[in-house]
Amino acid sequence: MNRMFAITEREMRKFFRSPVLMIMSLMLPLVQLLILGNAFGGHITGARVAVIDHDHGPQSVKIQEAFDSVAANIKTFITVPYTDEVQAREDVRTGKIDAAVIIPPQFSRRVYAQDAPALGLVVDNSDQFMSGSIESQIQLLVNALSAPVIQDRLVKTIALNIVELYPFVEYIKYLLSGSIALAMYISVMIGGGMLYIDDKARGVHEGYLVTPITKLELVLGLNIAGAAKAVLSGICITVIGSLIAGLSAIFRPEAELELLVLIFGTSIAFNGMMFLMMVRVDDPLVPRAIFGVLNTLLFFPAGSIYPIAAFPPWLRAIAIVDPFTYAIHGFKAILLKDGGFTAIWGDLAFLYAFGIATLLLATPLFKRTL
Amino acid sequence: MTANIVEPAANGRQAAIAVENIVKRYGNFEAVKKVNFAVYEGEIFGLLGPNGAGKSTLIRMMTTLLPVTAGRALVAGHDVMKEADAVRRCIGVIPQALTSDPDLTLEENLSIYAKLYSVPKAQREKNINDVLEAVDLTKWRGAQTKTLSGGMRRRLEIARGLVHDPRIFFLDEPTTGLDPVSRIAVWEMLNNLKTRRNLTMLLTTHYMEEADRLCDRIAIVDHGTLVALGTPAELKAGVPGSDVVEVQFAHERPDWADRLRALEGVTSVQTQTAGVYRVLTSSGSRTTVRLVEMAGAEGETLTSLNVQNTTLDDVFVHYTGRQLRDEQVKSVFMMPPRPGAQP
Repeated sequence: MNRMFAITEREMRKFFRSPVLMIMSLMLPLVQLLILGNAFGGHITGARVAVIDHDHGPQSVKIQEAFDSVAANIKTFITVPYTDEVQAREDVRTGKIDAAVIIPPQFSRRVYAQDAPALGLVVDNSDQFMSGSIESQIQLLVNALSAPVIQDRLVKTIALNIVELYPFVEYIKYLLSGSIALAMYISVMIGGGMLYIDDKARGVHEGYLVTPITKLELVLGLNIAGAAKAVLSGICITVIGSLIAGLSAIFRPEAELELLVLIFGTSIAFNGMMFLMMVRVDDPLVPRAIFGVLNTLLFFPAGSIYPIAAFPPWLRAIAIVDPFTYAIHGFKAILLKDGGFTAIWGDLAFLYAFGIATLLLATPLFKRTL
Repeated sequence: MTANIVEPAANGRQAAIAVENIVKRYGNFEAVKKVNFAVYEGEIFGLLGPNGAGKSTLIRMMTTLLPVTAGRALVAGHDVMKEADAVRRCIGVIPQALTSDPDLTLEENLSIYAKLYSVPKAQREKNINDVLEAVDLTKWRGAQTKTLSGGMRRRLEIARGLVHDPRIFFLDEPTTGLDPVSRIAVWEMLNNLKTRRNLTMLLTTHYMEEADRLCDRIAIVDHGTLVALGTPAELKAGVPGSDVVEVQFAHERPDWADRLRALEGVTSVQTQTAGVYRVLTSSGSRTTVRLVEMAGAEGETLTSLNVQNTTLDDVFVHYTGRQLRDEQVKSVFMMPPRPGAQP
């Protein structure tokens, strides 16, 4: 046991003596959290919508007043008066304006006559996010305008009463779980994978192999150190990220315990996976070369920035065996939903089982000789 | 060239290391070919040879780093294949590269290795003090290793190999990359350690001078084969007629060449320009004495006299047939041709 802890001691002393690894492992996830968290998830504002009014009747005035109300309040778009429908369509295509609303001739008359009145909306659907926002905003306006002035005594349509369990979750909060997992992955990749191969190449392992240390002691010593570094990175980014995103879970003792257990499980899973991949690698270029590929392969399909339910089947298959998936699900359950151990026991079971299984597979592959 | 050296009688000395018909094969390539030798307790034994000769492979098999393909090696009486753990407890190993952690202090580096050998805490502190003293690094014990010079780092490596008080010490090219001053300091330190601690040392080197000055016995390895084994003096004596005496007389006489040829041990005499005679002899010292006596008896004055003894360079060239395999090796071993050395 002492020999195992000697390996861990050496790794940890190096880690604390040189804070570069800690800084490097936190840098990318924090930048990503700040940039992506603030760039995505906001409301569209200031879109330019052309209005071509062929009607000039009271109903078209009512619509334009509704548009002015949007421009003055939620500010999703402002309107630009156009007279030429062809020109408006061309300007949407070339990006001078973002959409065009066409109020056809006889629109007011058709409204009063209840004769299938319709508005036209031209959108640039190459930008799904922008066009979707404008469509939904105008649809809301149209629904409001279509509602009868005097409600029926008995409502004839089906109403949907939405109950939101949690306060509005900004995208930066949604993204934080992925950032924590990413920081731990980077810590394991650099502090475990790269340093392990670099030490091998420098001959440090040769120094270990001539001592009476057993294979198991050596493997466990290296993995405990790798996991400890990932745990420290995980704790740091959870605290810093929560403060940036404005999440208060870190101030609740029960959530702190749950986070700690989850961070520990995640570090074991990531470290086991990394050790299994690197156990027979000797070339220091290999971990550097696969760093980005693994990051893409594991981070994105795990529901870190987009829901897994939106993925095609093959991506969902990756998500099922990806430890990122369970780590991110667990962090969301604690940080966003205060779900407790009930919400994360499945994630914990997978992460711990995955970590132990990969370590058990890697140990016999570890060579006690050169 | 001999493919297989038979070890001479041990004269009652105990073998700390015994290598018997050891072979290392990588696929079809045989890196070490049926090598035999023994290293006796308390001696410094050198494996001398160019890069790629198989020295490091040999040392790695003896230190349990590489599995042996055939044959066997006993270290401190333990079979390296069957009792690897027992072997590891008895040996200290200094690899070719500097592998101490630059971020850790000297004391931390030593402490971690002492722990890897399960040295108890009280003994650990004593051993660390002792080895730091032995390598003259006590005042640097709290400094980070990266602040040390190359020579000091090499001394730290040596201290690290000794921190668990091993009986047998393996050093793989211990002075590679050091400047001449640091190299000499390491040689002196190794000699002192051998005397004080009664260590058995096996070192590999491609420096002739290092092998000559440090080693009690030397094995010359080439192409994975042990081609010569003996003390430096024995090896040099085994190279016939390679001592050279260059002499110039004050007065030229036509019979000088014949008279020189008649001196003890002389194998040939070459006349050079400016009245310089180049005398090839199997014993430079004896021939020189006779030459001076002869000149005295004739009342002749010697203008110059230069004696060149056989070096390990000559021994190496004699046994390996100068089959050097690359430019790097050439730069170490290529010498101007010496008359008397066999091709």
